[in-house]
Amino acid sequence: MIRTPLRPLARVLKARESGENPATIEAENKRRRHDEMHDRAKNRAEGRLLVLGAVFFLAFSAIGLQMGAMASSEAEEPRAIASGNPIIGQRADIVDRNGRILATNFDTYALYAQPQQLVDPEGAAARLAEIFPELDAERLVKDLTGSRKFVWIRRQISPEQMQAVHDIGEPGLLFGPREMRLYPNGPVASHVLGGASFGREGVDSAEVIGVAGVERQFDQYLRDPANEGSPLELSIDLTVQAAAERVLQGGMMLMNAKGAAAILMDVRTGEVISMVSLPDFDPNSRPLPLTTGSQSDSPLFNRAVQGVYELGSTFKIFAISQAMELGLVGANTMIDTKGPLTWGRFRISDFHNYGPQLSTTDVIVKSSNIGTARIAQEIGADRQKEFLTSLGFLEATKIELSEAPSGRPLSPKQWSEISTMTISYGHGLSASPLHLAAAYAAIANGGTRVEPTILKSNQLQQGPRVLSPDVAAEAVSMMRQVVVRGTASFGEVPGYEVAGKTGTADKPMPTGGYYEDKVIATFAATFPASAPRYVLVVTLDEPVETSGTEPRRTAGWTAVPVGAEMIRRIAPLLGMRPQVDMADLTGVTLTSN
Amino acid sequence: MTEMVYGTAPAQTGDPIIPRWWRTIDRWTMSCILILFGIGLLLGLAASPPLAERNGLAPFYYVTRQAAFGGMAITVMIVTSMMSPRLVRRLAVLGFLGAFVALALLPILGTDFGKGAVRWYSLGFASVQPSEFLKPVFIVVAAWLMAASYEIGGPPGKTYSFALTVAICLMLALQPDFGQAALIVFAWGVMYFVAGAPMFLIFGVTGLVIGSGVFAYNSSEHFARRIDGFLNPEVDPRTQLGYAANAIREGGFFGVGVGEGQVKWSLPDAHTDFIIAVAAEEYGLVCVLAIIVLYMVIVTRSLARLMGERDPFIRIAGTGLACAFGVQAMINMGVAVRLLPAKGMTLPFVSYGGSSLIAGGVMVGMLLAFTRSRPQGKMGDILSRRGH
Repeated sequence: MIRTPLRPLARVLKARESGENPATIEAENKRRRHDEMHDRAKNRAEGRLLVLGAVFFLAFSAIGLQMGAMASSEAEEPRAIASGNPIIGQRADIVDRNGRILATNFDTYALYAQPQQLVDPEGAAARLAEIFPELDAERLVKDLTGSRKFVWIRRQISPEQMQAVHDIGEPGLLFGPREMRLYPNGPVASHVLGGASFGREGVDSAEVIGVAGVERQFDQYLRDPANEGSPLELSIDLTVQAAAERVLQGGMMLMNAKGAAAILMDVRTGEVISMVSLPDFDPNSRPLPLTTGSQSDSPLFNRAVQGVYELGSTFKIFAISQAMELGLVGANTMIDTKGPLTWGRFRISDFHNYGPQLSTTDVIVKSSNIGTARIAQEIGADRQKEFLTSLGFLEATKIELSEAPSGRPLSPKQWSEISTMTISYGHGLSASPLHLAAAYAAIANGGTRVEPTILKSNQLQQGPRVLSPDVAAEAVSMMRQVVVRGTASFGEVPGYEVAGKTGTADKPMPTGGYYEDKVIATFAATFPASAPRYVLVVTLDEPVETSGTEPRRTAGWTAVPVGAEMIRRIAPLLGMRPQVDMADLTGVTLTSN
Repeated sequence: MTEMVYGTAPAQTGDPIIPRWWRTIDRWTMSCILILFGIGLLLGLAASPPLAERNGLAPFYYVTRQAAFGGMAITVMIVTSMMSPRLVRRLAVLGFLGAFVALALLPILGTDFGKGAVRWYSLGFASVQPSEFLKPVFIVVAAWLMAASYEIGGPPGKTYSFALTVAICLMLALQPDFGQAALIVFAWGVMYFVAGAPMFLIFGVTGLVIGSGVFAYNSSEHFARRIDGFLNPEVDPRTQLGYAANAIREGGFFGVGVGEGQVKWSLPDAHTDFIIAVAAEEYGLVCVLAIIVLYMVIVTRSLARLMGERDPFIRIAGTGLACAFGVQAMINMGVAVRLLPAKGMTLPFVSYGGSSLIAGGVMVGMLLAFTRSRPQGKMGDILSRRGH
């Protein structure tokens, strides 16, 4: 600090000369400086106090104004709203095409504990472990005696369990209401429905969210309160679905298959009446995804939609239909079937030797690879690819299931001539059974494309035309011949005029090449042949029929009988009347007039 | 002659104490304080019976206690206001030492009454909150330190007072009691401002506060949620704030009528932090505006009187006391109308609370003592031609 020089120094010097005490002058100078400093401070403080006063005045005025504004506004009723967006219960039901419940809600309770309110935590833990054997008693004791203030015990409990917990009589064991998703039919249509689980969870409610199938696909719709609980109507027919599952389950066991899928589809509306994938699961308690091995072996895997397989000879009808559409062959054109057919280093042969040539119809009836491959050569790669694209074989199906996009067909990157030939009899292009059903429906309905749908529509689909009606009718009649006198002879169901095509495809090995003894057997059928209404696709994974001297794996021995049995069971359920050939009435001879 | 000088009855020079007190006291401010106290009792009649009922006491238990404490507070206030600033300062320094020690011993001897913060001494019949008493005496001591720096060759009082502030705030933050700590800092800041804080420091600190606020908002989840909740115009009607806001709306201009209010049944703090909501509901905007005007008059009038004060100690101490008193009321009411984020703060002289009342009595008593009119050396100025 710079010391202010004592001013005026002259006065001090003069005082010294005259013998006065200079200290008094110094003191006076100091006092003057002090006074000046204080005056400055006071002036500054005056201004600042004015500022402070103004600030307080304004602040109090603001509070007063705000009070006035609030007092003049309308009071609102206190509402019991949760902070954040509330958890909305009441998920809409899912019903089948006839209004029967497939999925609904069920009021239940979640059990939780507030350990600080427990009278006897150890006793309570022991009793709880008795009621819920799946709980770990030691862990429970630790949770209930620890410092935790809140412990979930069970997310859902049954009324009996709830009563048993009540009987413990502990004030610290409490129940939170829950709305749980209930699938009253158990595993029926499990892959279609998918399942639901809890999302955000509070004490008083929990959000139910769809995790698979239509529950996930239509999650927004099902949760939207604006729909006022109007149910989601599926195209599934619960009775048909149950019958199909039962038959397919039996067939799968008889044929020793490790998996199976079946699809029943309306050829004109594209509605999927029944969709089965085995093994299945109970959506009320969805199993966990597999941790080892391929997910395609999981019960959760929807073989009908997600599984893409080489579907074998069922593809032959596409090559033949296209060739007839293009005018390359007619139903009776003779095709060279002399085998084996060699193309570069590939050899194409038939299951049996069918002689030097067959008519086009017989190529289908006897399922000749050589004959089909020759016709495909005539068609060429580009036209074949275009035709298969128009049938939907090169992209995932648009069915309204959350799993649908994962069912992408596998097609060759290089669509070479050999690819053209193998694809014509169903090797080299992998597609799901649902793809096959949709393509067969296009043939069966007279030649227009249909998109499969899982929602009830009752509306005819006006898809683009892929075949002329004549060719489509010819193709159906060829397939009828397959059942009457060909590979699918076990498929005959009296009165329902089943037409169809078998397909037995060797399963590809993960390491490349094909298994000798593992096949995918498929039967794609439509009925009744005179006016097709439904398409049925039955696929068995690794079937083997062992009633004969040697194991038989061809679709004619495995998938076809299962499909026939299915038609026998479900056609009446669909309200179809068998066409019975009336025996000629015995002529009545009038013996007297 | 000798008898005339010696042995006479000791005659009092100057005026008798009481008349001089009455002549020099700021009667407007004192009246406002007394009216506030009356309003506090009136609101206590409305706000505290639900609490008494919950605690199983006679309906007007809290009102009688409030009246008893209030009597003590008013006595303390009047006695304090009669003291000279020098005596006030001396007692305040002693009181400060006592309160400081009491605050320091809280973690050992104090109790938290199950509320999570150790702020009280339990005396059996009543409890004492040392921080309430510390506030006024701290202001006086800090003002003394600051004023000392005005003397030539005086100690660096501003630095000392700042160190003291920091120490007290740390102790309060440990309890934790951030509300009182904020009040202490605010009082010190106002005093420092009046005592001549450099301008660049004022702007610098303002900038720093804004900067740290932004930083806290971005880094602390808890802090951000509080601020978001405050900025959100939709108030959850189930919170205390929601009830308070609804009560103010419900009351309208003239209130729903004496004893007709509902909010006191729902708010646990109806008799302390949210008493203004009770006032607004039962007596309407009229009563609330009256309360606001009373506080405004006390603060602005005191500040106006201090503007003419020449003694730096009195000026600074008075400013600190008036502003601490005013800002407490402001925060309490500002929270209820959602101009400020939620922070528990009592309404001085109106809210229920023994410590708060008596400490308030000490505070306004000192304020009144400092704002008494006294000679400001005007005649001396004229004689020595000062003040130009």
